[in-house]
Amino acid sequence: MPRTVRDVVFVDGVRTPFGKAGPKGIYHETRADDLVVKAIRELLRRNPGLDPKKVDEVAIAATTQIGDQGLTIGRTAGILAGLPTSVPGYSIDRMCAGALTAVTTVAGSVAFGAYDVAIAGGVEHMGRHPMGEGVDPNPRFVSEKLVDESALFMGMTAENLHDRYPQITKQRADEYAVRSQEKAAKAYANGKIQADLVPVSVRRTNPEGGETGWGLVTADEPMRPGTTLENLAGLKTPFRVHGRVTAGNAAGLNDGATASLIASEDFARENDLPVKMRLVSYAFAGVEPEVMGYGPIPATEKALAQAGLSISDIGLFEINEAFAVQVLAFLDHYGIADDDERVNQYGGAIAFGHPLASSGVRLMTQLARQFEEQPHVRYGLTTMCVGFGMGATVIWENPHFEGDK
Amino acid sequence: MSTTAELLKGAAELFPGEVVTQAHVRHFDLPLGAGRFALITLDNGHDHTKPTTLGPQSLANIDAAIDQVEKEAADGEIVGVGVTGKPFIFAVGADLKGVELLKRHEDALAIGKGGHDVFKRLSKLAVPTFAYYNGAAMGGGVEIGLHCSYRTVSAALPAFSLPEVFLGLVPGWGGCTLLPNLIGADKAVSVIIENSLNQNKQLKGKQVYELGIADAIFEGADFLEQSLIWTASVLKGEIEIERPVIDRGEAWDQAVAKGRFIADGKVHGAAPAAYRALDIIAAAKNGDLQQGYDAEDQALADLIMGGELRSGIYAFNLVQKRGKRPAGAPDKSLARPVTKVGVVGAGLMASQLALLFLRRLEVPVVLTDIDQERVDKGVGYVHAEIDKLLGKGRINQDKANRLKALVSGVLDKAEGFSDADFVIEAVFEEMGVKQQVFAEVEAVAPAHAILATNTSSLSVTEMASKLKHPERVVGFHFFNPVAILPLLEIVRGEQTDDASLATAFGVAKKLKKTAVLVKDAPAFVVNRILTRFMGEIQNVIDEGTPVEVAEKAVEPLGLPMSPLVLLELVGPAIGLHVSETLNKAFPDRFTVSPNLKAVVEAGKRGFYVYDSGKPELDPEVAALLKQGDTVLTEEQVRARVLDAVAQEIGLMLDEGVVAEAQDIDLCLITGAGWPFHLGGITPYLDREGVAERVNGKRFLEPGVASVPA
Repeated sequence: MPRTVRDVVFVDGVRTPFGKAGPKGIYHETRADDLVVKAIRELLRRNPGLDPKKVDEVAIAATTQIGDQGLTIGRTAGILAGLPTSVPGYSIDRMCAGALTAVTTVAGSVAFGAYDVAIAGGVEHMGRHPMGEGVDPNPRFVSEKLVDESALFMGMTAENLHDRYPQITKQRADEYAVRSQEKAAKAYANGKIQADLVPVSVRRTNPEGGETGWGLVTADEPMRPGTTLENLAGLKTPFRVHGRVTAGNAAGLNDGATASLIASEDFARENDLPVKMRLVSYAFAGVEPEVMGYGPIPATEKALAQAGLSISDIGLFEINEAFAVQVLAFLDHYGIADDDERVNQYGGAIAFGHPLASSGVRLMTQLARQFEEQPHVRYGLTTMCVGFGMGATVIWENPHFEGDK
Repeated sequence: MSTTAELLKGAAELFPGEVVTQAHVRHFDLPLGAGRFALITLDNGHDHTKPTTLGPQSLANIDAAIDQVEKEAADGEIVGVGVTGKPFIFAVGADLKGVELLKRHEDALAIGKGGHDVFKRLSKLAVPTFAYYNGAAMGGGVEIGLHCSYRTVSAALPAFSLPEVFLGLVPGWGGCTLLPNLIGADKAVSVIIENSLNQNKQLKGKQVYELGIADAIFEGADFLEQSLIWTASVLKGEIEIERPVIDRGEAWDQAVAKGRFIADGKVHGAAPAAYRALDIIAAAKNGDLQQGYDAEDQALADLIMGGELRSGIYAFNLVQKRGKRPAGAPDKSLARPVTKVGVVGAGLMASQLALLFLRRLEVPVVLTDIDQERVDKGVGYVHAEIDKLLGKGRINQDKANRLKALVSGVLDKAEGFSDADFVIEAVFEEMGVKQQVFAEVEAVAPAHAILATNTSSLSVTEMASKLKHPERVVGFHFFNPVAILPLLEIVRGEQTDDASLATAFGVAKKLKKTAVLVKDAPAFVVNRILTRFMGEIQNVIDEGTPVEVAEKAVEPLGLPMSPLVLLELVGPAIGLHVSETLNKAFPDRFTVSPNLKAVVEAGKRGFYVYDSGKPELDPEVAALLKQGDTVLTEEQVRARVLDAVAQEIGLMLDEGVVAEAQDIDLCLITGAGWPFHLGGITPYLDREGVAERVNGKRFLEPGVASVPA
């Protein structure tokens, strides 16, 4: 049977505000599945042209798939969100690149013709499910020296990356982090972020976290506008004595959820759905787990090669800021300046937070906004590093592109 | 301290055991840049199984929360105030335990006034107020919201009501006054009077919205978020709330008249609450809220100090608590599993029982009878009822298939009952027949199987006496209509063992019946009291009092139907049979009416004809009646009937037929539909002095179902 690969588009994306994990965090008493349900419902509300019956799949990523992130959360979240029972769902895990993988996986199915439209997103409640909860690494990893022990601790892999690239100093990482906070604050001030947030009602019964009762979350909790280099200089380096990685130049431990609509371009046009980005290529790559932050580089190489593009064709970058060093390694590799204005225009995970498996769609949602504002840009990419030594990259085309002027 | 705070402090001291609700105030920015908002969450700190109630300390907490937001509103720090509840619960109204403790009219008045004073403040803040009915809302919970400027309701809200009239109160924290002014008198009467008197019918979220009580409805999944976004739009003027103009003309009066008609039909003037509520609704026509609140305070205080409310709360607690934890039931760990049920007989009663067991237990149910035609008819009945449920959408096709596959009929008891754990008989009401049936069942059923009898008047002990294992025989007396009346009298025969009894109670619970443990005494509880009651009515008629006078004499009790209409429902022949049984047992107190006998022998199925639409004495029956010449007044008839009932209950308690008077009342409420405002009957007999007069003592301690001394 002859098949034609179909164009796949990013229709829309939303997310909950991100929270700080822990007993004082805004989502401490909120379930993870409820977070992703609110995101899915907002997505459907924002796209009334989409008949929910037509949704072919709900793919939801979570790193720790137990408790309220277990039970095949893609399926349960669909039912909880009020989708018809005829809409199936499943769960995805590629740690930090979970939501990104949810997008590429359903995109592959759309291109193949299995789906017309699907919901892809992710959730991580790191307060309810701390990193490493329930893990049971095979002892062979260590006994056979398959990986260094540091590979299991993301902060240590970031220190390792500093070792590999001595020119990436703590000073550079801190400067990068300060800029991320500045850009995020500016994006908030200009209303670039709020438009894609769904407000979430949150309950608090423990007065330690602040006023009790029901409240409403409409903004990211982790943001630290006004952060200065001096503020960062004194922070502890928890992963290594005299190290370089601090809570200030890395993303925190966060709670949040994202959801996006991925469709064939024909379906989107026929159903009057927006076309915010067109998928060009995607790739995943493995690297040594000890320097997992290097992952975006080979993944991007692959994705560019598949698309027949070079890095100079990319006009906008959304790089997940798990650690400043990982972004800087990427920028150094491609000879891009630390403060290049094409990179993370609205700031990144250092400011907004990084609820592991949810973050990929945040990158896409922000890139989509930037595409809309910058029709002179044709291509952009979203990329992130992934635990156990991986990288993930998706290259997107701007449907608003007006040609070279 | 403000006067309100003092008032509430005084009230709180009277109620040290209050489960206190906190009123948490939390601030945040609304979406759409609408400004800073204060949201009050009502939360008693327990999960949804212990709903939030509003006692005096809780009201004081709400008062304090309003102090805070009032100042913030006045200072321009906030743009609006909202009120919502903990997950699944908004608030379910006043704490009845606190109401029960009130002894003085002025304390009762303080509760009413305290609620008003606090809630009224919500409508007087310098900013708009919003209630978000997120979950169950009743009584005072509903009323908090009525004092707000706007309301939203969750589509997932399962229960919303003003149940005060049902219990013997009026919605007295603004409900009677505000609701008709919000949605019109007609709809308000439906909510306050009709629903309350219709077994406390609850509204769902959608109905709350459709009635116009809520201005907007949102789905449960993100109800609060959407409510707050809507709030932001309202505050920014992007959404305008249009409410229908209330018809304050004749329609208002008609609505109140309709309410009186409904109340008359249900309580026949016997309970004051509905009428007090209607008086306030009638007066609310002029829109003068304060006048309405004052009237509510008075009505509340009067009713709280009256016997009907105390009886109502007592009855409510019997049904809700004692009904769920039957007095004297053996430890449930002794109960054996019931995985298959046998029904002996396939007549109408047996078929109804088969259907009930099938639906509730969802285990195989086998009917047997003496010929194939009857068996087929019984199974056919069950199938037809399942189809009816399917047609009404009460069950789906899968469930219908499942149930139909579970019911079967056989002629051979050995084939049907060899693996049954519970066999119930509903054959002809004659000792010899029933003993024979049980002997046949015992021969084929497993050794552990419970043998239950649905007898209404025969001795369970005697029925078991000829068996090898009489310890497994239990009386299981249902009330007609089986699907509707909750009562199940569980009769312990002299030899019934604990395991069998525990199994019977376990089955009753699964059947969702209100089980009451009863000693093996003639006609058990309900039939004995009703027969004594009816017998006395029959006696006065036989002696010469006109039928109408005898019937009207008991109207002030507010029973669900008159004695002779009840007799018609039961069937005169069955009534006669039970009276004969009881006459045999207690010839000095139970008579067999020759007139009733004549009516039965003439084949009449009742005393009345309904040609004119109203019951009128059937001329053919009138011709049969042979009356004496002693004509009593209504008062005299009533006194005789009540005396007889009080005497009988006194004797039953002496005999140990049930554990306590409470069980008598629970039986009458759930098995005969006797009203809450009578508390069954013993609170009424105490209140009217009948118990003292007849038995020389009360049935219940003062303070139980009455105002404490």
